[in-house]
Amino acid sequence: MANFFRDNSDIEFLFRHIDLAGLAEVCEEGFRFADEFEHAPRDAQEAIENYEMVLDSLGRLSGEFIAPRAEDVDRQGNTLNEDGTVTRPRGTVEALEKLGQAEVMGFTLPHRFGGLNFPNLVYSMAIEIVSRADAALMNIFGLQGIAETINAFASAEIKEKYLRQFSDGKVTGAMVLTEPDAGSDLQAVKLRAFQDGDGSWLLHGVKRFITNGCGDVLLVLARSEADRSGGLGLSLFVCESGPTVHIRRLEDKLGIHGSPTCEIFFDNTLCEIIGERQRGLVTYVMSLMNGARIGIAGQSLGIAEAAYRVARDYASTRKQFGVAIEKLPAVRDMLIDMKIAIEAGRALLYETSRLVDLEIAYAKQSENPPQDKAKEIKNNARKYKRYASMLTPMSKYYCSEMCNTIAYDSIQVLGGSGFMRDYPVERHARDARITTIYEGTSQLQIIAAVRGVCSGTAEKFLAELAELDYDDEVRDLLAALAEGRKLLEDTIPFVKERGNDYMDLYGRALVDIAVDLIHGYLLCGQASTKVKMDVPLAENGTARNGRTVSMKERKAMVARRHVTRHAPKIAALAKLIAAGDKSTFSSYEAIIGPVSAQ
Amino acid sequence: MAYKCVVLIKQVPDTKRITGDVMNDDGTVKRSALPAIFNPEDLNALETALEIKDRFGGHITVITMGLPAAAAILRESLYRGADDAILITDRRCAASDTLATSYILSRAVKKLDYDIVLCGRQAIDGDTAQVGPQLAEKLGITQITYVEQLIELSGNRITAQRNIGNGWQQVKAELPVLLTVIGEANEPRVAAAKKMMKYKKASTPIEISEKIKAENPKADAAEIAELIKLRSKSLEEKGLLIKQWSLDHVEADLSWCGMSGSPTKVHRIQSVVLAAKESKDVEPTPDGIADMIHELIEEKTIA
Repeated sequence: MANFFRDNSDIEFLFRHIDLAGLAEVCEEGFRFADEFEHAPRDAQEAIENYEMVLDSLGRLSGEFIAPRAEDVDRQGNTLNEDGTVTRPRGTVEALEKLGQAEVMGFTLPHRFGGLNFPNLVYSMAIEIVSRADAALMNIFGLQGIAETINAFASAEIKEKYLRQFSDGKVTGAMVLTEPDAGSDLQAVKLRAFQDGDGSWLLHGVKRFITNGCGDVLLVLARSEADRSGGLGLSLFVCESGPTVHIRRLEDKLGIHGSPTCEIFFDNTLCEIIGERQRGLVTYVMSLMNGARIGIAGQSLGIAEAAYRVARDYASTRKQFGVAIEKLPAVRDMLIDMKIAIEAGRALLYETSRLVDLEIAYAKQSENPPQDKAKEIKNNARKYKRYASMLTPMSKYYCSEMCNTIAYDSIQVLGGSGFMRDYPVERHARDARITTIYEGTSQLQIIAAVRGVCSGTAEKFLAELAELDYDDEVRDLLAALAEGRKLLEDTIPFVKERGNDYMDLYGRALVDIAVDLIHGYLLCGQASTKVKMDVPLAENGTARNGRTVSMKERKAMVARRHVTRHAPKIAALAKLIAAGDKSTFSSYEAIIGPVSAQ
Repeated sequence: MAYKCVVLIKQVPDTKRITGDVMNDDGTVKRSALPAIFNPEDLNALETALEIKDRFGGHITVITMGLPAAAAILRESLYRGADDAILITDRRCAASDTLATSYILSRAVKKLDYDIVLCGRQAIDGDTAQVGPQLAEKLGITQITYVEQLIELSGNRITAQRNIGNGWQQVKAELPVLLTVIGEANEPRVAAAKKMMKYKKASTPIEISEKIKAENPKADAAEIAELIKLRSKSLEEKGLLIKQWSLDHVEADLSWCGMSGSPTKVHRIQSVVLAAKESKDVEPTPDGIADMIHELIEEKTIA
């Protein structure tokens, strides 16, 4: 009875460690929905019980139903039929049916549209669990941000028309943004939106690389202001698949074969505008993207967890030189680093998701605040928005890069077997590869995050983390983290003096330092947990002897290894940034040379 | 046309988890040492009913006979989409064999309006596969056993495919009909989020009474009775009261129930001690495997 929630002690630990009661309180707006909706909770305890039951059910579905189908889904892929329809792999069709029956396709939508009204934090857990079973399925399960965007910005009529269908699992959606000449730079979008005689909006043009473009409800970014270039000429529209929406091509891809990537030709497709004209990219798509980035971070964690488990299992059973290979220092070292990297990523993503929930809650409260608290609410809304805007790209960047490393290292642990298709790690590596690219490349995440690092947001956030309560056990680690913060603080003025180009040149180093420090504090926080929970110790790979260690002690070991091993890296990165080397600019032409003539 | 389905389910010890630790010396199983679960093929029967409801509409009632704790699997059924749940619990049911059980169940089912009755083929604790067929006889309706696929349902006619071990058989019948469903028929859905959020508070009168007593240790009997009445009423209004029937409710002839209604006599219990006496290494080569297969065929372990 595989259950991808119950068999993951780190998720279960964090479920209890993080203040879910506080999130439940703000998401349920003081539990005011209980009288109106029979499934809405009356108090925090009941809300947490709900979260746990749903994760348990989804964990079982993922472990028992979705995961066993993932290999066939990967082999079958999607097929574009002559009539322009797309046939999904059988396993995907079956999994979507079960997900609909499980009532989990409206995770964060409000109760009134048939949603669960769960916090984004719990949704992140769910995305990780589903992605571990089948990374490609996440591209449908994890696209609930489409409905969320409709909920946040569309008119009441559009909400009524679509949201219930999403939460009932009757429709799937797509974010239709990318074009041949507008990838990372969405300001260059050309697809035309125009009004006919009676004022109805129509779409005309081509979109490319559209994940689940064959879905039923499409959110389309289009140029509504013909005479206006750049982002302010763009609006967001919603339309349905139909005879004027032609899927012209399915991409033949390295990974996530279960997720159809479509080229779409819109031939004067009737659509409706979301919100206001000209705010399509600057407001709505930015919001949609942030949700999607959290989703990709969750997907990355799921892939990393799946790959790591194969490697860990193999290392305990594969014998070479007369011992299980996990006894060999080099393999042992890889496995322990993999495990810690996943836990660090999970800590970061869950903290980010929690801050996003607070951001949303305070934004909602500040629309109509009680007079005496108006200022406090406004300040909180601003603060959490700033934190979430920095941590979201950090999570996406760290988790996606981490899952690529882990998937590759898992192949390494399996050696030749890992290279073969007999084991799932090669699939995990192929699936991992897209995560650092879509919803904004790592390089773009860094550009987004480094602004926060250099503008004082990171310092403020780190200072807040440092102020929390920690156990004496981790005092020396906190001292090491404080040193790291000092190095970062000293570096930033140096960077700022040299301007934006220099900041982007060393963006990765700056963001890496900040992420390492945040990881350090979060792991020290976990090592200071009040949660009482024991986890089994491994004995020759298994838990057979029944010996256990408390999660608190274990997390202290994790925090110690993470902080002490990253401290020298932080120092080295700080030194690199402060060296002022600009050879990337000055020597590029000479070192790289011209493009070869042929 | 919509169909009214009645699904009979059973809470069983999870016999897949039997180890030496949970065996009594006489070869019987310590039931309390094993987790109590939804009998797996009953989940398949429920899934078949849910598929019928998804396609044609209708209503599903689940019934279980058992200890008060069996309310857990009734809630599990509500989480998946059942509309109504009935617990038959009565001390006088104790020691019922398949004959008495099917009699009691038939009394309950006769109280309901139904088109299709569904049971799992068999329960993993007794493995008799007798209750479904006996129940059909007592209801006087057609039975289709070992159902692996529902081929067609139209008007009052049903076509189902039975797995008969060495092949299959398609059977057409008129409703009402009783189906016993096998594990291969489907993969049951998991509990649905909103239904769990709603029905997790669904309770039987016994559960309500125990909870109220625990919450009000100092209250006297009259106060307790009043509180139980209030709580039951409030749950019933929300559709969260699980019906609880006794043998009196179903108007059962007591001589057909429990010990007196159960002619089954246990002839002998064989205590099987699982211990390897000898072992043999099989080389993981085509030759090694071929030798092993050959040996197993000679010993008639496999045919």
